[in-house]
Amino acid sequence: MSYIEVRDLRIEFPKFDESGKALEPKRALRGVSLDIEKGSFTAIVGMNGSGKSTLAKCLNGLLLPTEGSVTVDGMDTRDDMHIWDIRSNIGMVFQNPDNQLVSSIVEDDVAFGPENLGVDPAEIRKRVDEALKKVNMYEKKDKGAHMLSGGQKQRVAIAGAVAMKPSCIVFDEPTAMLDPAGRAKVMEIIKELNAEGITIVLITHFMEEAQEAERIIVMQGGLVAADKSPEELFSDAEFIKKLGLELPPAIELRDMLGMDKSVMTAAEIAGRI
Amino acid sequence: MIRDITLGQYYPGRSAVHRLDARTKIIATLVYIAALFVIKNFWGFLIAGAALFAVIAISRVPVKFIFRGLTAVFLIIIFTFLINLFMVDGRVLWQWKFLHITYEGLSRAFFMATRLVLLIIGSSMMTLTTKPMELTDGLEKLMKPLSKIGVPSHEIALMMTIALRFIPTLMEETDKIIKAQQARGADFESGNLLQRARALIPILIPLFISSFRIAQDLALAMEARCYHGGEGRTRMNEIRFHGCDAVAAAFLIIFLGAIIASRYI
Repeated sequence: MSYIEVRDLRIEFPKFDESGKALEPKRALRGVSLDIEKGSFTAIVGMNGSGKSTLAKCLNGLLLPTEGSVTVDGMDTRDDMHIWDIRSNIGMVFQNPDNQLVSSIVEDDVAFGPENLGVDPAEIRKRVDEALKKVNMYEKKDKGAHMLSGGQKQRVAIAGAVAMKPSCIVFDEPTAMLDPAGRAKVMEIIKELNAEGITIVLITHFMEEAQEAERIIVMQGGLVAADKSPEELFSDAEFIKKLGLELPPAIELRDMLGMDKSVMTAAEIAGRI
Repeated sequence: MIRDITLGQYYPGRSAVHRLDARTKIIATLVYIAALFVIKNFWGFLIAGAALFAVIAISRVPVKFIFRGLTAVFLIIIFTFLINLFMVDGRVLWQWKFLHITYEGLSRAFFMATRLVLLIIGSSMMTLTTKPMELTDGLEKLMKPLSKIGVPSHEIALMMTIALRFIPTLMEETDKIIKAQQARGADFESGNLLQRARALIPILIPLFISSFRIAQDLALAMEARCYHGGEGRTRMNEIRFHGCDAVAAAFLIIFLGAIIASRYI
């Protein structure tokens, strides 16, 4: 049994016209099945409206299946008994760093998750300090959240998820609103978390970020269009274009230079030259 | 300047006043305000002023900082002073056409102005020495008994926390919208009062909509972090009464007694 099992997942959003008459519902996911193994690093890419964010919200029960099922560690997300277990096991970091911090003070915000879980105060203190050190924000623990840069806020949001001691963290376009320096730091932290054994699901628009994963799932029109390793996926430039995506810059350069398909990073290209 | 709003006027420090439980400070402030309205003569103000001076001295908040809070309400104080000065009848001290100053008016004016100044400084001492978060925590705990009769104390405290958190975010949002509308030719600076008020509509409506969007994002983020109401929730910094709170309470009782006694001098 896999850690997360998604079976024939369908999500429909009801739609109404201006007079309130029900229209054909919007079908955001149209039968998605996939497994995510414990400790893995999966990237989900796809164009806007392809259903990748919807899929992410299904993984911790923020959205419940219209049809099909999602199980986490054997627990169904539709089961009210387990919903808090699922959410404490699957942390989530969202796109907008401003709209996901609850408290004005950094450490209070990181404590929000464990507080909701009813963790003992001394233990919360420990978890908050550890989480903040992990994202390199410990020195800013007393600062106001509004004084931080976007990248720093996002790191605090990650600490907030880490403090809940999840076994998996879902990142929903965590770097979309950050500058390059902030993006690089967030990616670094994601990789570190994965190395520590936390399962990572990373939704992103940036192919060079997706490239860091072991496995890339491409969504298109509410369906899984491809589910491959980065090496495999990026070896077929035609296929990538057909999906409305771009090759990562390093891969594009590799192809232009006519190097073989095993070369994946800019560093490797430089090495060959 | 906008960026400082969330921390309110909090002046970081480690004095005994800073370390007091937020609940003690809230109750003390309420008692102090009530006491100011019990006072009947200047002797009472002398006691209240001395008490306040002692608190300021212990807290080590710079006087300059304290008076900054007063400047905002300076006009109100002046206005109250003048109204009382000219409007009270009694033994006339000075007269010019329809204006007159009476002995009673003068003493009333000083009386009211002193009360206002003490009121403002007294209550700002609470916000100066307590972090907003501690204040909301303190309020939540103080209101806890009321939740038995249906007052949602946890929700009120959380609302205040979130409101404080999102003041700067909404400020930035407003700024963005104003710039966006100006770039499209909106004019906020000319015209009479009515026209200017109407010019605000294109700011308020997008702001309203984006605040709903933010609320939706935040609700999702809170749910993802297992928020399910106040039940079974713990706090990282449990607030507890300490020895200094007992000392403060003792001083508060002495103070209250002195104020009441001052009515009979």
